[in-house]
Amino acid sequence: MRARRRRTARALATLACLAALIVVAGASARASSPPSLPVIERQVMCVTCKIPLNVAESQQADRERTYIRELIAEGRSESAIKHSLVGQYGPAVLGLPSTSGFDLSAYLVPLIVVIALLAVLLAVLPRWRRRARAQATAGADAPALERADAARLDADLARFD
Amino acid sequence: MRRRALPILATLAGAALVGLLVYGVSTQAPNRTLDDLVARGARPVAPEAQRMLPILGGHGLAQLASLRGRVVVLNFWASWCEPCQVEAPLLERYQSTLLRHRATVLGVTYLDNTRDSERFVRHFRLAYPNLRDNVGTFAHAYGTNQLPESFLIDRSGRIVAVSRGEIEEPFMKHAVALAASS
Repeated sequence: MRARRRRTARALATLACLAALIVVAGASARASSPPSLPVIERQVMCVTCKIPLNVAESQQADRERTYIRELIAEGRSESAIKHSLVGQYGPAVLGLPSTSGFDLSAYLVPLIVVIALLAVLLAVLPRWRRRARAQATAGADAPALERADAARLDADLARFD
Repeated sequence: MRRRALPILATLAGAALVGLLVYGVSTQAPNRTLDDLVARGARPVAPEAQRMLPILGGHGLAQLASLRGRVVVLNFWASWCEPCQVEAPLLERYQSTLLRHRATVLGVTYLDNTRDSERFVRHFRLAYPNLRDNVGTFAHAYGTNQLPESFLIDRSGRIVAVSRGEIEEPFMKHAVALAASS
C-alpha cells in the first residue's frame, strides 16, 4: 500500500516538473521570437465585432490587422504593440473583462464555483470514508466459515490453480 | 433530507448561472432610453457631457459641455464605416450654415485608429471639430455601438432628435431651424 502511494507521488511529481518545463519553455520561446500577426491576433479582440481578431471578418478587423502589421514593421515588441492597441482602441481590445458591473462575474463566478466544489468535497469525503471504513469492518467481523464449508471453498479454489 | 439537499443545491446553482447568463445577454443590448424619451417629447440631458476626450488631430482634451450655449449635431463615426463616408460631405456642407447660427457639428470617432481617422478628416476636408472616444464609454452612454449615429443637442445641452444610421438631409435642416430659432 505504502509502495503504491510512493509510486503515485513520484509520478505526480514528475508530471508537475514536466508541466513546469513546458510552461517555461513556451514562455521563453515566445519572449525570444519576434511578434507575428497570428500570435497577436489570437490575443486581441475586434473591438466593434466583439470577437477574437483571428476569427473576425470585418472592415474594423482589417484596419486593426493593418495597424498591427505597421507596428510589427516598426520593430515593436509584443507588449509595446498591445500597449499601442490599448491606446487606440481602449482596454476592450485585450478582451479582458473589467472589474466592475456585470464583468466582475467573470472573475467571481469561477471563484465561487471552486469554493462550492471544495465545500461539497469537504462535506462528502468524510461520509464516504466513514462508509468505506464501516464496510471494511463489516467484512472483518463476518462469522467464520464452518469446517465443511471451508473445505469445500478450498477445494473449489484449488480447481482454479 | 440530507440526500435531497445536494441535488437541490446543484439545481439552484445551475439556475443562478442561467439567470446570470440571461442578465448578461440582456445588458449587452444597446440602450434605447434616450430614443424613448425623445419620442415622448422629453428633452433628456446629453449624457457624459463633462467627459474629457482627446482632440483628433490636435493635442489635449475637450468636452461636449464646453459647447453649451450652441446647438450641436453630435455625430459618432469611424473611418472604416461606409455610411460615415457617405454622410461626411453632407455634414461638412451644413457646417458653415450652422456656424452662422452659433451651432456646430461635433464629430466623435468611435474606437477608431487615430491615423485612419485623421486620413478620413483630410480626405473629406472636414472643418468641424472632432474628438476621439477610444474607450467607447462616451458613445455607449448614447446607446451607440453601431455607426453612424447622430444626436441634435439644443443650447441648454438637451437632446432634441436622434438619428440612428446614416444621417439624412431633413435631420440637418432640423438642426439649422433649431439654431436659427433659438
